[in-house]
Amino acid sequence: MQPALWLLIFGQTFTRIRAIPTGGIPYVDYLAPGIIAQSAMFIAIFYGIQIIWERDAGILNKLLVTPTPRSALITGKAFAAGVKSLVQAVVVLLIAALLGVALTWNPIELLAVAAIVVLGSAFFSCLSMTIAGIVLSRDRLMGFGQAITMPLFFGSNALYPVSVMPGWLQAVSKANPLSYEVDALRGLLLGTPHHLASDFAVLLVAAALGVTAASALLGRLAR
Amino acid sequence: MTRDTERPQADAVACTGLVHAFGETRAVDGLDLTVRQGEVFGLLGPNGAGKTTAIRCLTTLLPVPAGTVRVFGHDAAGDRMAVRRLLGYVPQQLSADAGLTGRENVALFARVFDVPRRERAERVAQALAAVDLAEAADRLAATYSGGMVRRLELAQALVSAPRLLILDEPTIGLDPIARTGVWDHIEAVRAATGMTVLVTTHYMDEADQYCDRVALMHRGRIRALGTPAELREGLGARRRAAGAAMDTLPTLEDVFRDVAGSGLDDEAGDFRDVRSTRRTARRVG
Repeated sequence: MQPALWLLIFGQTFTRIRAIPTGGIPYVDYLAPGIIAQSAMFIAIFYGIQIIWERDAGILNKLLVTPTPRSALITGKAFAAGVKSLVQAVVVLLIAALLGVALTWNPIELLAVAAIVVLGSAFFSCLSMTIAGIVLSRDRLMGFGQAITMPLFFGSNALYPVSVMPGWLQAVSKANPLSYEVDALRGLLLGTPHHLASDFAVLLVAAALGVTAASALLGRLAR
Repeated sequence: MTRDTERPQADAVACTGLVHAFGETRAVDGLDLTVRQGEVFGLLGPNGAGKTTAIRCLTTLLPVPAGTVRVFGHDAAGDRMAVRRLLGYVPQQLSADAGLTGRENVALFARVFDVPRRERAERVAQALAAVDLAEAADRLAATYSGGMVRRLELAQALVSAPRLLILDEPTIGLDPIARTGVWDHIEAVRAATGMTVLVTTHYMDEADQYCDRVALMHRGRIRALGTPAELREGLGARRRAAGAAMDTLPTLEDVFRDVAGSGLDDEAGDFRDVRSTRRTARRVG
C-alpha cells in the first residue's frame, strides 16, 4: 500500500513539477527503483522481531544447542528475508509498469534485479538481527527499526540524485547500502548510468559483515 | 568422529564448582553434580532454584564463568561443538513449529544435526514412531494436543540419536494421562538406546516413579542427592532418631520440604521465570 502511494502521489506530482534533475527521464520512472529498494528494506528491517519471537518460543534455544553454526542460521534467515522482499518488489514493479514506467523486460537484467533486492534485504535483515542481539526485546527493536528506516531512506539516492544533496548528506548517502542498491536497480531497470560491479561488491561485503555481526550476537538472545 | 575421542568411562555430566550469576543474583552458586552414563537423573527444586540456569550452562547456551562442566568428558565451555553433537534438548516452552507438519518439524532437526541425506527419511520416521506419532506425522503440528506436541519435541530431540537427552520440565501443564504418556516414551527410548536422561521437574511423584537418582537443588546448590528411596528412608531415619511419631513413611515431597525449609515462599522464582512457566502452561492447557 505504502509503495503504491509513493509512486502514485509523490511520483506523479513530482513528475509534473520537474523540480528534481533526473537525467531526462520522468520522475516517476526515476522514483520506481528507489521505492522497490525502500519497500524491500522496510520488510527486512523488522525481520529481527521474528528471531526474538523464536527466542520467546524456545525455538532459538533449541537451534543454538545443535551443531549448526550460528552463521548458517543467520544466513538462512537473511535469505528468507530476501525472498520475502522479492515478493514485495514484484508487486511494486507491477504497479510501476501500470503507471507507464519504461522498465526493462530483459530476463537477465530482471534476474540481476532479483539478486540485488535479495542481497540488499539480506543486509538490512542482518542489521535488524544485530540490533535484536543488542536490545533483546521486541519493543525496543520496533523503536529502533522505526527510528532508522526514514533516515536510511531520506539519506539515500532513492528520492533524489546525490548531486543535489548538501555535502553532509552526500557523505551519509555514500555510507548507506541503500544508495548502492538503488543505483544498481536504476541502472538495470531504466538503463541509466550506473556502477553495477561496485554496487554489487558493496552489497555483498555489507551482507557478509551483517551476517558476521548478527551471528556474533545471536548467542546473547539465548541467555 | 567425536565418539572416538571420548573417554569410555567419562560420566555423562560432571559439574564442579559451577557458578553463574545474573548481576547480583547467583542463580547457580557452586554446583557439584555428576550424572552417570545411562541413568535417568532428576534435578528437582523450587522455582528460582537455579535448575534452568544450570541446564543452560550444560547445553552451552550460557558461558561457564567459574567451575567446570564436562559432558562425556568434553568441556562445555571450551569444546562446545563436541558437546552439542551429543545433546538432545527439549526446552520448557512448547517450541514445535505449528505451521509445519510433525514430520517436517522432525526433518528440520535431522538437517540441522547433519543426519546424512540417505538416512534422513528413515531416521525421521523412526523418531516419530518411537513417540507414537507415526499416524499423525503428516498433520500440521497446530492440530496436535499438548501431550502430542511434547512427544513431537521428544522426536525432534531424538532424531540425532543423542547420548544425553536434556528435558526441562517436560510435563509442565500436561494432564495426568499425557504426563504418563510422555514418561512412558522417555522410558522406552532409554531402554532401547541406553541414552542418559537429565530431567528437571516440579512433580515429586514423577521423580519418585521415573528417576534412578534425584538431586534436590535450592538456592543454586545441591542440597540432597540419592535414589528416591534413599532420600525417603534417610528422612524417615532422621525423624525416627528425633523421636517423631511415624504413622506414614515420608514422601519425596517431605524430603523436598525438609531440604528447602521455610525459604520456599519468598524465593519462589523471579517474575520472568513465573511468566514463562505460566505461558507454557496456558499454551499446553
